[in-house]
Amino acid sequence: MEIITSILAGVLFATAIYNILQKQLLRIVIGTALLSHGAHILILTMGRLKTGLPPILTEGISDYTDPLPQALILTSIVISFGVTSLLLVLAYRTTKENNTDNMEQLRGNENE
Amino acid sequence: MSNLAVLPIIIPLISAVILIFFNQKVKVSRALSKLFSLISLGTSSYITWYVFTNGTIILETGDWLAPYGIILVMDGLAAILVLTTNIIAVACAFYAPNAGLEKRETFYFYPFFFFLITGVSGAFITGDLFNLFVFFEVLLMASYGLIVLGGGKVQLRESLKYLLINLFSSMLFVTAVAFLYAVVGTVNMAQIAQRVQEVEQQGILTTIGILLFFVFATKAALFPLYYWLPKSYIVPNPVISALFGALLTKVGIYSILRVFTLIFVHKTDMTHEMFIWIAGLSMIFGVIGALSTSNIKLIIAYNIIPAIGFIILGIGLLNQDGISGSIYYLINDMIIKSVLFLLVGVIAYVAGTSDLRKMGGLIHYYPFLGWLLFVSALVLAGLPPFSGFIGKLLLLKGAFEQGEIAIVIIGLITSLLILYSVVKIFINGFWGDKETMAELPKKSTKGLLAPVVSLLALSVILGVGAEFFYPHIESIATYLLDPEIYIDSVLKE
Repeated sequence: MEIITSILAGVLFATAIYNILQKQLLRIVIGTALLSHGAHILILTMGRLKTGLPPILTEGISDYTDPLPQALILTSIVISFGVTSLLLVLAYRTTKENNTDNMEQLRGNENE
Repeated sequence: MSNLAVLPIIIPLISAVILIFFNQKVKVSRALSKLFSLISLGTSSYITWYVFTNGTIILETGDWLAPYGIILVMDGLAAILVLTTNIIAVACAFYAPNAGLEKRETFYFYPFFFFLITGVSGAFITGDLFNLFVFFEVLLMASYGLIVLGGGKVQLRESLKYLLINLFSSMLFVTAVAFLYAVVGTVNMAQIAQRVQEVEQQGILTTIGILLFFVFATKAALFPLYYWLPKSYIVPNPVISALFGALLTKVGIYSILRVFTLIFVHKTDMTHEMFIWIAGLSMIFGVIGALSTSNIKLIIAYNIIPAIGFIILGIGLLNQDGISGSIYYLINDMIIKSVLFLLVGVIAYVAGTSDLRKMGGLIHYYPFLGWLLFVSALVLAGLPPFSGFIGKLLLLKGAFEQGEIAIVIIGLITSLLILYSVVKIFINGFWGDKETMAELPKKSTKGLLAPVVSLLALSVILGVGAEFFYPHIESIATYLLDPEIYIDSVLKE
């Protein structure tokens, strides 16, 4: 099972990087969202996917899944959610002000 | 008494929350932010004194013993870095009201400022790798807010790139933590170090170490990951640039220092040898950047990169002189970079341009400003009575002892070129014809120079009073070179 999710994480990383390297701004944002999905799946995988019950203390049960990676993912999800929403607003404003969403045209050479 | 360790995080955090409520009242915000930054400075001075007399403070948050809870470790290194951060924060809090922020102060400048200090202090103090990630995000989120404040065309464009590169490296940080958790089964730094030691850092651990290095090197702007830094650091207001230049990259380099003196120290031929080469290349490329431009803000921004190169050289050497040189240079550089960014901000303000080719003869109108820039150029380049000298001397001595002659030569030439790049501002901007700037209205620099002068004075004291400071730095270096002390003090076997 770990092999499959690792490959899935790898595919997510690959598509994320492909999208980040595109010119259109919205594609880059989609790329970063895919990247965070990949990272979160990887945390879950790396905590071992052994079968067990959800980590809620119940009488008579000794087999639980690892609760730590789940807490780490939850933290990381809200952080990347916050950053992504900021990124979307920033991308919107940048496009409005500069009249383009093409990264090539957003280079800016006046400081060189 | 161990609760002292959390105060440098709590005080700026509460200050930020209080300042949110006084958002529209600029005068109240200014007074409160000065007051809060002074309180924070007072507390961190006391903590530094306490740490150097009574030893490391370990705080188990919520009474959960290590490695189960989050541990805050206030050792000598963390204490002096937190103290330096707070000194710079005070200077910036006093500079900000006069910095021409205008309307931006009502758009939550002060809350962002204190959240940034919270994140930086937290990153210095924490003893947990995932918690380090969270504090990185706290300071980065605050820095996103600050860098885009104002929202001009260029500013939006550059801060978008800054946000993207940091988002990317943060996600890699999470990935690296995931890998490390799979191998060692913990995120507490002391326990990671212990377990890495038990298996003597096999191949996979070195790989994870290099992945972590990649993440921190992106934040610290080392060669070849510095490309995002220069342009994004010059777009915001000078006071924000000063905060960034002094604190943000230094958090990255501190993380490298911590991780590669505590955890990954068993296969040094692989990692630490690489650091020495990266150090050399960072110095060369950084200083080439600084020489290539005539924009005074960009010159200072490029000068961050060779300084980071010098610091990582010491980490690569991993001997007594190298590490103490790194720490000395780190503190010196935090102070002098904020001085230079603030000074260049004043120069660009009085000259009405940041292009050197349009300046000249400013010394006739602003002699004090000119000589301040001259002294800080000497401090930056590391001339003997000043603080840059001792750090560089130790670093180059350490490199010489290990037979790294090439890096010594690169270091010395780089210092010369750094001096040239900053003195160029002095020569082209301040010398010359009185008439070049004659039609310009004479602007008042009231309130802008006092914080700069105090920081510069501190920097000079750090150099002249080296005999007082050096033993403390040396004891920190000894402490860092023996990871057992850290592990034992946290895990308390």
